[in-house]
Amino acid sequence: MTTLINVPPTLDDKTFEQVLDQLAPLPADEKIIVDARHTRWASPYGLTALLTLAQSRPDRPGFYPPESETTGSYWARTDFYKHAEELYDFHGKAQRSPPHRESDVLLEITPIVQSADVHNVVERIQQKAQEILMGKLNLDSSSTMRFTMALSEACQNIIEHAGCGGWVAVQTYKWQQRLNGRRVVVIAVCDAGVGFRQSLESSPARRLRDRWNDAIALEDAVLNGVSRFPDKGRGQGFAGMRKFVSHWDGKLSVRSGTARIVASVPDWDPDETARAEGLSPFPGAQLQITIPQRVA
Amino acid sequence: MVNHIDLSSVLKRSVCALYSNLVTRPTGAAVRTEIELQLGQLGPQALTIIDFSHVGALDFSCADEIVAKLLLSSIANPERQDVYFVFRGMTDSHLDAIETVLERHGLALVYDRGADGVRLFGDIDPAGREAWEAVFNSGGGPADEIAATVGISCEEASALLEDLRRRRLLMRTEAGYVAVRPVS
Repeated sequence: MTTLINVPPTLDDKTFEQVLDQLAPLPADEKIIVDARHTRWASPYGLTALLTLAQSRPDRPGFYPPESETTGSYWARTDFYKHAEELYDFHGKAQRSPPHRESDVLLEITPIVQSADVHNVVERIQQKAQEILMGKLNLDSSSTMRFTMALSEACQNIIEHAGCGGWVAVQTYKWQQRLNGRRVVVIAVCDAGVGFRQSLESSPARRLRDRWNDAIALEDAVLNGVSRFPDKGRGQGFAGMRKFVSHWDGKLSVRSGTARIVASVPDWDPDETARAEGLSPFPGAQLQITIPQRVA
Repeated sequence: MVNHIDLSSVLKRSVCALYSNLVTRPTGAAVRTEIELQLGQLGPQALTIIDFSHVGALDFSCADEIVAKLLLSSIANPERQDVYFVFRGMTDSHLDAIETVLERHGLALVYDRGADGVRLFGDIDPAGREAWEAVFNSGGGPADEIAATVGISCEEASALLEDLRRRRLLMRTEAGYVAVRPVS
């Protein structure tokens, strides 16, 4: 039997939970077709999470691409189809021709498998990041290097902890639902690896506790700098990302397993919760950094 | 002996000629290995200038592998008790990463800010900083002279100065303590 999984019209870190809620009751080996025909917009998190979803299934899923030509063009510009074709059986024709206009894609969806991939991402993105951060988000020149640093650390989490490859994408867009349409830059890093809980459980030095679950593992790693490695120098990456995000009034959210935490909930997102537990399970870790345009 | 290490050149030589950013832990480890090879050729007494001037981004992993582990291995290695470092050319974003890793490990370094002078950077308490500055500004001297300058007891000064020497922030000579400083 094949089950159709509906992708919501707007696909981001919040609405992707609707996709996972549909998957949760199904057996792991259930054949699925992911139906994005009515999807009009997707954030970098949504697109990388769709790739991760396919990686997490034992059988190659089917995929209905968006019917909207505009949406399809944009997804093509992000290189979504290039990677999705390796992971999904496509049903129907996808719009493959990228739009001929200035793109809001800072970094196309890029696989992260080894350290050299992180280097290549960092080398590629710098000039465009500077144009966007200074020119469109009104951040000062020092933000570019700190942005690069945060991006590097986020990508390295895949290599160090996932146990398999993952994806990174960076886009900028005007956020109509929040921030009164102010522009944001968003980094999304997703993998279908072992997740934070299992990663920390692999540490021989792990303290045994009465309570141990995905949310506690996330808090340990993201907020307290706990790492599975015994080296004292490990576990500083999230501290750096938090510092960068906090300085620019941004948001850092991380989902793993059945939990999601937000490092510090910004004032501009009053509906956000610092910690969510009991979510539908999803392997690996999914991280998002959002930096808003600065207003005078 | 004074040795100058341009980190950007080391990166291009030891990892990839196309890279300009110090990111990822393996890259940091490769750069540190190259630096340690150079240190091994210098002999037991050396001052090495570590220059970040041409480095793009520096992430925490690389800062930990290069700066923290280089200092830690020098402090722990008795054969390197007269090996000292001065760091220069860091931007504010480099300093963000370096400060975090230094504090994590309880380390400090000598930071040459060019026209803005030389100062200690990292995990250093006010008494240690004051003692170091007294040595630096006076050009050096024995513990009792530094004690008089700072206004503390000789025993207290000796303990502070010896701790700074152990952390490779001061040198000890026959004439007393001398601050590690850039040599032109």
